[in-house]
Amino acid sequence: MFSKLPFPTQKKVILVSFIAIPLLLLFTFAYYPALELFRLSFMKWNGVSAHKEWVGFANYAEVFSNPELFGVFRHNFAYFAIGIVQNIVALFFAVLLNTKLRGRNGFRLLLFLPYILNGVAVAYLFGYVYDTTNGSLNYLLGSLGFDQLAQTSWLGNKDYVNYTLASVGLWRFMGFNMVIYLGALQSIPSDLYEAASIDGASSWQQFTRITLPNIYKIIELNLFLTVTGALEVFDLPFVLTKGGPAGASETFVMKIIETAFQFNNYGLASAMSVVLLLIVVIVLSIQRYILTKGDD
Amino acid sequence: MKAAAKLQMGIKYAILLFSCLVILFPPYIIVVNAFKTKEKFHASSAISLPDSWFYFENFVKAFKQASIPLAFSNTITIIVVTLFFNILLGSAFCYAISRFQFRFQSFLVGLFMFATIIPQITTQVVNYKTIMSLGLTNNLMGPVLLYIGADIIQIYIYLQFIKNIPYELDESAMIEGASLIRIFRSIIFPLLTPATFTIVILKTINIYNDFFVPYLYLPRAQHVVVSTSLMRFFGNNSGDWQLVSAAILIIMIPTAIMYIFLQRYIFAGVTSGAVK
Repeated sequence: MFSKLPFPTQKKVILVSFIAIPLLLLFTFAYYPALELFRLSFMKWNGVSAHKEWVGFANYAEVFSNPELFGVFRHNFAYFAIGIVQNIVALFFAVLLNTKLRGRNGFRLLLFLPYILNGVAVAYLFGYVYDTTNGSLNYLLGSLGFDQLAQTSWLGNKDYVNYTLASVGLWRFMGFNMVIYLGALQSIPSDLYEAASIDGASSWQQFTRITLPNIYKIIELNLFLTVTGALEVFDLPFVLTKGGPAGASETFVMKIIETAFQFNNYGLASAMSVVLLLIVVIVLSIQRYILTKGDD
Repeated sequence: MKAAAKLQMGIKYAILLFSCLVILFPPYIIVVNAFKTKEKFHASSAISLPDSWFYFENFVKAFKQASIPLAFSNTITIIVVTLFFNILLGSAFCYAISRFQFRFQSFLVGLFMFATIIPQITTQVVNYKTIMSLGLTNNLMGPVLLYIGADIIQIYIYLQFIKNIPYELDESAMIEGASLIRIFRSIIFPLLTPATFTIVILKTINIYNDFFVPYLYLPRAQHVVVSTSLMRFFGNNSGDWQLVSAAILIIMIPTAIMYIFLQRYIFAGVTSGAVK
């Protein structure tokens, strides 16, 4: 019956029926919550009662003035710092694996492996690696003769617990960044390199003059993922340290979840979410701005 | 010159081998300790080999205590239902949006792209209320709805692939009198099979590895999934690393096997998802 309809009518039916449900879902689970967070951020609400009190910017004032809230972003810094290292290492291995090398598929397979493993399992895996007394890292350090270092409580020291956790991120996500870089490298035409080496360019010159400019967009993408990843860290500290010792590894998103689901302060949690979203948008805009300037 | 090239090659391999050791060290520890008895675990060093590779007591215990069969059946139910709708809705959506000219076309695509920058975990504050008002907390279909609605990798991947299918195919089918639905069903969807395959694998891994959605929406023991079962098990047995190791292995192995056999599609998906 449908096939008897003229094409323009068919087209209309298809457009409406194929697009409506995904669009409805997108609004329900992405845009509606974003707008609702914005609205709730001006309210005082416990999440249950019908009564919501308008409090203006009080929640935002609380976010920025309470060092317990905005201040936890300094914990996120470790993830940013290690994230930059992770990108450099990933780019290094991508360049390495993009050369003629026996077994390079095998190396790629292995370096990417951690990315597909279950996150909770990886968290406990490193719980064991970093365990102070039974831990395998300390055992390894001890047997290599670093007795002092082998006493370290990697997850129990508030000064470097975040770096310890961020290093797990490095182990887990380096291969992911590497595969993205590798994909970009493989799309650079190889005659560019041939021409350059005929002209006598060194490998370093080839890297800075050919490779880097050609994967600029991908570097930008990876850096964006790194920065937002660092801002939004949640699962690893949540599973492994529960924010401890004494709140030293709490992250901003953990605070949001705690504020909403434990303290039932939905207004404040919403304000924190909006702040996070705005920071992400600002980071993205700055990157876009720098990139488009670079194109001119 | 030849010696220098050889040295360079040697350094390359040394660096790569070292990195492989770093990657493999943590899983190695889990593997050797999962086969140790409690006494052996305390008496031996963390990196030593077990007495026997046929000591399965830890696995048996983990299997029972972590309700592994239930966790796997719940996880698989969630994955299968989610994938069914993801593929159906995702491919149809991409067909409609990329095969026809209409107003707001690029605006619509933009809407989907922009949504990815909204930090998903923070929207749970509101989504929790939505799922609750739909009566889907403590129901496997709650997470399913979130995975269908809030995650849109399938749209990226289908959009990438559908662009490469020549429009002439649609045109000649139209001339032969096929309806648009039929063109979608018998021409476009079958040609999207590699994309569908990639989506199935990536989504399976993502859902299998997610813990926060099940942790938040499925707190009851009867709805446990692989991630939350491991969390419970760890809570009850923390410190008994030989037991925990066995449980970690049971959870890790399925995706690792899937990865080794289907790596081609995984790499294709990761690369095409990134280079959007």
